[in-house]
Amino acid sequence: MDSIVLIKQVPDTTEVQLDPKTGNLIREGLKSIINPDDAHALEAALTLKDRFGGKVTALSMGPMQAIDVITEALGMGADAGVLLTDRAFAGADTWATSFTLARAIQQVGSWDLVFCGRQAIDGDTAQIGPQVADWLGIPQAAYVFAIESVNPKHITVKRRLEDGYERLQCRLPALITVIGEMNTPRFPRVDRLLAGCREKAPIRVFNAADIGVKTREVGLEGSLTHVIKTFAPKFKREGKILEGGKESVVRELIQRLKASEGATACRAFASACEL
Amino acid sequence: MIVWVEKDLCDGCRRCLKACPYGAIEIKEGKAEILDRCTACGACLEVCKAKAIFSDAEPKKIPDFSDHTGVWVFAEQRNGRLNRVCLELLGKARELGEALDQEVCAVLLGSRVSDLSQTLIRYGADKVYLVQHKALTHYRTIPYADAVEALVKIHKPNIFLLGASHLGRDLAPRISRRVGCGLTADCTELSIDPEEKILLQTRPAFGGNVMATIANRYSRPQMATVRPGVMVAVPTPDKKGAVVRHPFQITESRIGVKVLETVREKKTGSDLAEAKVIVAGGRGVGDAQGFQILRELADVMGGEVAGTRVAVEEGWIPPENQVGQTGKSVRPEIYIACGVSGAIQHRAGMMHSRYIIAVNKDPRAPIFQVADWGIVGDLHEIVPEMIRQLQASSG
Ligand SMILES: Cc1cc2nc3c(=O)[nH]c(=O)nc-3n(C[C@H](O)[C@H](O)[C@H](O)COP(=O)(O)OP(=O)(O)OC[C@H]3O[C@@H](n4cnc5c(N)ncnc54)[C@H](O)[C@@H]3O)c2cc1C
Ligand SMILES: Cc1cc2nc3c(=O)[nH]c(=O)nc-3n(C[C@H](O)[C@H](O)[C@H](O)COP(=O)(O)OP(=O)(O)OC[C@H]3O[C@@H](n4cnc5c(N)ncnc54)[C@H](O)[C@@H]3O)c2cc1C
Repeated sequence: MDSIVLIKQVPDTTEVQLDPKTGNLIREGLKSIINPDDAHALEAALTLKDRFGGKVTALSMGPMQAIDVITEALGMGADAGVLLTDRAFAGADTWATSFTLARAIQQVGSWDLVFCGRQAIDGDTAQIGPQVADWLGIPQAAYVFAIESVNPKHITVKRRLEDGYERLQCRLPALITVIGEMNTPRFPRVDRLLAGCREKAPIRVFNAADIGVKTREVGLEGSLTHVIKTFAPKFKREGKILEGGKESVVRELIQRLKASEGATACRAFASACEL
Repeated sequence: MIVWVEKDLCDGCRRCLKACPYGAIEIKEGKAEILDRCTACGACLEVCKAKAIFSDAEPKKIPDFSDHTGVWVFAEQRNGRLNRVCLELLGKARELGEALDQEVCAVLLGSRVSDLSQTLIRYGADKVYLVQHKALTHYRTIPYADAVEALVKIHKPNIFLLGASHLGRDLAPRISRRVGCGLTADCTELSIDPEEKILLQTRPAFGGNVMATIANRYSRPQMATVRPGVMVAVPTPDKKGAVVRHPFQITESRIGVKVLETVREKKTGSDLAEAKVIVAGGRGVGDAQGFQILRELADVMGGEVAGTRVAVEEGWIPPENQVGQTGKSVRPEIYIACGVSGAIQHRAGMMHSRYIIAVNKDPRAPIFQVADWGIVGDLHEIVPEMIRQLQASSG
């Protein structure tokens, strides 16, 4: 059972500090980490390898420094790593990113499963997994939190739904997106980490030519969507103190809430709708 | 896209060889030759003194999309019940459709779901594209993607919205890949640019710490998933609409997956990050008993309970429900702070909530400075009154 695991290097947004005055994100000193869901995806692949044998390859697209997450993956037990790095890859939307990753996967050779995280904590789109699966023309199982069984033809998984879960049998080769519930990622082993840092470490570095793409198909140029503006979420607070007796202030509060854009969030107001 | 050398012009100066970042040029018999590795990046064109290198690449143009029209909404249903989010999307789609003077269409897939068409029309659809087939009974990625892909390629919509539900986020990326169009994830705001007439799609990223506005100029439909509970469903009770049925064929061997079982589970534990409503308590709540009342309010509103560090230290709520600098960052639609002073470390975790309500007996408490609406008073009186009135209003 050979697997490819897609891992992304991301800034640690759980340690996000906000400027107490402006409420903006303070970017300096943000640590880079392996995207949390991806560590779970890697653990899932390594668990299968422990049981059934096979090879695990970690694949990441990013700047040269993303080699750190590949090394970490080797430390956890991956057999090989591939880093996709090229100035031409920069600024990609999910269309261009998934195309690039899919080309690289086809380049890596034979595999039965592609694992990825459900979602990256920076871009937050959760689109890469399904798009890569579609470029590769293979079935997918998203939001997976348990692998029940694997045989040479099929994998059976449990995947999360909003109100429960689904047991799904999926033909191989397939792509699986993993959620954090699935497992606890193992710690990297120091000897493996050190080996991963040596020159002979089994890490391949690919650029656009190595995966056979044109620069205009990837990165910012190859993208179909573009971020035209970013800003800190800020809402003008009404800052209104409601006055009067208990009953009347609460009534006023509820009226204001009902008339606001927040009304749909509140279950007590939902009964008006027929669903 | 190719790059080539006119051999007659080439003087074999080797400048291109050095400029190529990909090692994709060789000199053979004194002339440059472009290899298969070429990525058409154009670096060699810039350095060639003899102007012997050519490329057929043209500057990226925005194509003419005037043949793409209509605002589409994916009508997500499971077990014959519509997901509320698709009615919310229809509400938004009407607004966008009016701004563009284009019709609103719903896409409904399943088996024996035609009854739902009328609901979709009564919430704003001018037309319902209905595809029914046994293979579409339970959601599976590939048959759904196949069916929607076919519809989109035939009817060429301008805008296509799906709910950012588990299903929507599983399906939308595959459709976007098939159709070759961009996709914006989990939008919380949509509007039409008054000049360019394109869809401006605004969404949170970096765990909600940054908002980004995204445009999709180079492909159609302009496709987005939209966060449930953000847009407002607007009934259009007297509306008439058409139902257009489409045939569909698929074989099980193409699908590749089988749903063995679907299990409904009551959610265990709370999920603050996903909660739309959070009722938070601080020292003013007084004891664990007091948090029971906050729990009741949260239940009536369909939300979760959280608290300050003090509430955690007192053992009234578990540590994973702490909000603030050393706890969780949350951004619900409604955050109700009861008996919370509003220390900066607490505010750091909740200041991006859409609406903030504060109940505190001290009118000078800093929490009122970040609140939309404040009630000065004893939470032990105000909160039960809120529960009473909300219960009365929901009947
Ligand atoms: C503020 C902001 C908003 C954006 N909004 C959009 C948008 O709405 N639509 C859009 O198309 N693009 C958007 N992008 C671009 C998008 O973030 C990038 O394309 C990014 O490379 C992939 O998307 P993601 O981070 O959302 O990954 P996700 O789709 O959330 O990632 C899912 C999984 O895919 C794998 N993966 C993702 N990226 C990589 C990688 N580089 N290397 C290896 N594995 C990877 C990982 O396993 C990961 O867990 C946005 C970017 C920014 C900065
Ligand atoms: C490094 C650091 C990190 C921290 N991280 C966090 C964090 O992540 N999250 C966090 O919350 N705190 C954090 N704190 C603690 C923070 O500074 C405050 O001490 C804490 O938030 C105060 O909690 P409180 O509002 O419950 O209590 P208090 O500040 O004591 O406020 C209680 C409020 O309740 C009101 N009140 C009392 N009785 C009633 C009543 N019957 N009806 C209505 N109102 C009433 C009072 O008027 C008062 O305003 C951190 C502190 C430090 C130094």
